[in-house]
Formats: sequence, structure tokens, C-alpha cells
Amino acid sequence: MELKNPVMTASGTFGYGLEFADFVNLEDIGGIIVKGTTLEPRQGNPYPRMAETPKGMLNCVGLQNKGVDYFCEHIYPTIRDIKTNMIVNVSGSSPADYAECAARIDALDRIPAIELNISCPNVRQGGMAFGVTAEGAASVVKAVRKAYHKTLIVKLSPNVTDVCEIARAVEAEGADSVSLINTLMGMAIDAEKRKRVLSIGTGGLSGPCVKPVALRMVYQVARAVKIPVVGLGGIMSATDAVEFLLAGASAVEIGTANFIDPAITVKVAQGINDYLDCHGFASVHDIIGTVE
Amino acid sequence: MSVERLHERYVLLRATNPAGPLPEMRPGQFAQLRADLAPNTFLRRPISINFVDVTANEVWFLIQTVGEGSRSFARLQTGDMLNAVLPLGNGFTLPATSAERVLLVGGGVGTAPLLYMGSQMLAMGCRPTFLLGARSKGDLLQMEAFQRLGDVFVTTEDGTAGERGFVTQHSVLRERQFDRISTCGPKPMMVAVARFAKSAGIACEVSLENMMACGVGACLCCVEDTQEGHVCVCKEGPVFNMEDLKWQI
Repeated sequence: MELKNPVMTASGTFGYGLEFADFVNLEDIGGIIVKGTTLEPRQGNPYPRMAETPKGMLNCVGLQNKGVDYFCEHIYPTIRDIKTNMIVNVSGSSPADYAECAARIDALDRIPAIELNISCPNVRQGGMAFGVTAEGAASVVKAVRKAYHKTLIVKLSPNVTDVCEIARAVEAEGADSVSLINTLMGMAIDAEKRKRVLSIGTGGLSGPCVKPVALRMVYQVARAVKIPVVGLGGIMSATDAVEFLLAGASAVEIGTANFIDPAITVKVAQGINDYLDCHGFASVHDIIGTVE
Repeated sequence: MSVERLHERYVLLRATNPAGPLPEMRPGQFAQLRADLAPNTFLRRPISINFVDVTANEVWFLIQTVGEGSRSFARLQTGDMLNAVLPLGNGFTLPATSAERVLLVGGGVGTAPLLYMGSQMLAMGCRPTFLLGARSKGDLLQMEAFQRLGDVFVTTEDGTAGERGFVTQHSVLRERQFDRISTCGPKPMMVAVARFAKSAGIACEVSLENMMACGVGACLCCVEDTQEGHVCVCKEGPVFNMEDLKWQI
């Protein structure tokens, strides 16, 4: 899969792209990773699902989606002609249903890649359960790799002791790329009510507060695997994106920042070009992983 | 943008768009606002559209200062920039004919979108009735503006203005007939209004204010449980027919 620029959108923060069509030209974005999709429809977790934090937010949406068949029949026809890489984020509760979901998306000719979500912290079964051990991660990637023949990106969890071990395990099972980080598991407490704020008690932390953790993990993983790394976690500006490229990411995803500025993606893409021009680099390839 | 302090806890922001005419806005829609000088908040804040003055190219936002986010708007000065994404969501149902008897019920700062709703109704030749509730007289805002648009009935919890008690106890509900109620305010008030409407066989729509992040239906944080499952208040609402919600009414 080729990207026209290194900026993509993070799953769950950009809907199916169409929600942002009033704010940006979607075709100016390198890739749009649409909302997490599962084999069966999911209602997600009860409200409240969100808490604001200093420089970030927690969410526990819990993979609300109408299922892969609904996606194929009703959503795919509305996004298939958007001229950029439309990528589907796939989640599941067993290797078999990850693989079945991936197989159905394999049949869609305008979807060049999937991002395998083995790192969602907000679902009880599956999700992050697979992403926190090398064996679990490998088992899902192995099953999906047999059923899916296009570009396979695996989204990694930061809620682990050694992210490099997991990155190497999914690379060994045939992943084409890894993206990281998914959200960091956190909690918000309302002192007045003496209650946890989110409906399921915990949620995933995102936004600029997680950027230093994400940069460190991208730097480590880029040196641990040979496949391209997609970096994300708290990118709010072109400078933030450049930091991820310098750390070793070949591309970046923008997530929570879409909520603050719905036109941020194209601004970051333009800002990366300005950085390259300003510093005399011909291409983004010239800076990937070059941090001293 | 100009800033007017209506009361120690309320501020009225009147914003214009220097780049050109503001987009068309419907009553009940909202904006996602951010004060660029707010270092301690991260997300935008969903604020209902209080009024639109097309001639002056102005949109008004009435804000109650309750937390860090709303206080950041209160700290703005006339001339400051207000960062707004608008209009978002779906509005109230406008009357089908000028003969429709519409009651607009507001509580606290939830009266804000009813001013614009009332002005749009009057422009269609349909005179609205307002039933406005507040804790105390000082919390009743923009009363002269409401009185220019239609009949205004008031309740206060402490009896300092209008009838003492809650909006659902007001005598106007017994004395007049209505075809439709649109309401915005604290959830317990809206539940009580919906309960009254249901028992009286009156159509009723409510405006919700669940906590939001994106405002455009992407993040799925602000969901409300409806007959069709979880739906985004920002995209499918904020105005809902009471029959579509899973409220115990």
C-alpha cells in the first residue's frame, strides 16, 4: 500500500471519514482508518463513556458498531469512491472471528488494508486480551494472515511490559506493519460523588498527555522490527508528527486532535512538507528514524 | 466578539464572523466552542445557539459558568476570538402551521435555545408560549426578549418570581391547551415535562446535553439509549422525540 502523504486518521476518531467532509478534503489525507468493526454488531458500553483529563481524555466506547455485514452492505458503498486509502480497523473476541471479519473485508476491492485491533482496553472479551501477550498477539495474526491477503497492520497496546516482544511476534506471523500506541488504560474519579466517572470504571487515555510514552515506544519498536511502523499518540501538530517520523515511524495517525480541530489532518500533512522544505529534505523518507 | 455579563453566573457571548456571513442555523442546533486562552481545558464545549441576528451577522451563546470550561468563556473579553464549529446537530420541530399551539419549556440556562426557537416561530406567524423555570428570580435570563416574542409564564423554586415550584406545577398547563411541547433544561425537569406531555397526549421533544468530544458523530462518546440502541446526541440529536428515548415516563 502506498500513501500519498504520511498522515492517516486513527480509528474511532474520524468515523467513516464522511463526518469530516465539511471540514477537509478527504482525498488530501494519506489514509483514513475507519471505526473499529466486528463480526457481530455491538452496542458498546453504557453512557458515560468519556472524561476530560489534563491535556487529554479517557474513553470507554467499547467498539460500538453495526457489524461487518452492515459495513459491507451499507457503509462501504458510500466510501469506496473516496480517493485515498480507506482502511478498516478490525476487532474480535476470538482468532476465528477476527479472521472471519477480515475475510469479508478482503473481498472489498477498494479497501487496500486492515488495521487489526488487538489492543482495545474497553471490551471484556478479546481486544486487549490478545495484545498483551506475545502468544495471544501471534495467535490472532496467524489466523487473520491465512484469511486476509492485502496489507495487514497490527495495532499494538502500550499496556504491556515489553512492546518490542509483541511487535516481533506479530512480525513473525506475517504482519506487514505495526501501529502504536492504542490508548493507555486509565481511570477518572469524581471526588464529590465518590464514584468512578466512566460507566465501566476504566477507559483508554489519549491526547497530548500520552505523546511522550508513544514516542518512546515507537522509537523502541522501530529498532526491533523490519516492517514499517505507524506512530500515533497525542499528535496535535506537524511538529509532533515530525517527532514520530524522526523516532522511526514511516507514517502517523491523528486521533484525538480531530475533536479539537476537525481540519487538523490536512494542516499536519502540509506542515510536514513545510518542515521538509525548510530543512532541505527532498522526501519524508529522508527523516524517518534519523533521530540521534 | 462581545461579552456581556448578565449575572454573576451567566455570560452572553455575541460572536460575528469576520470572514463572511454566518451559515444558516436552525433553533435547537449547537456549536462546539473553544476559548483559545483556556490552558486548563482540552476539549471543545457544546453550547446551544441562543439567538441569531442575521442583520448584524451575529450568533449568541448564553453560558452558565459551572466548571473550568465554561469559566474559560467567562474570562473572554470583548474583541477576543472565539473558536467555533457550527452549526451542529438537529433542531427543534418548527410548527407546521401558524395555528399550532406550541409550548416552549425551559429550565435554568436551558432556556437559551428557546429564545431563537421563539423568534423563528414568530417569524412564521406562530406565537409561542414560554414556560420558564429557575431557582430564583436572578436566574431568569433575557426575560424582556422572551416577552417580546410570546406569552411568558414563570416558576421559581423560591417563589421570588412567578408561581412557586417547578414548571410542571404551573397553572398554565391546566388552563391552556397545547399541540406540542419542546423543552430544554436539567434532565429531571425534562423527564417531568415528558411525563406530563405523555399523560396529556401532547407531542414532546427534548434537547439533551450529554458530554461530548467530537460533536460530529465520530467518537461515539455522547450516546443516549434509544429504541434503536445507542445513538450519538451530537449527530442524531440533540433534540429527540420523547417516544424515541428509553426514559421511564
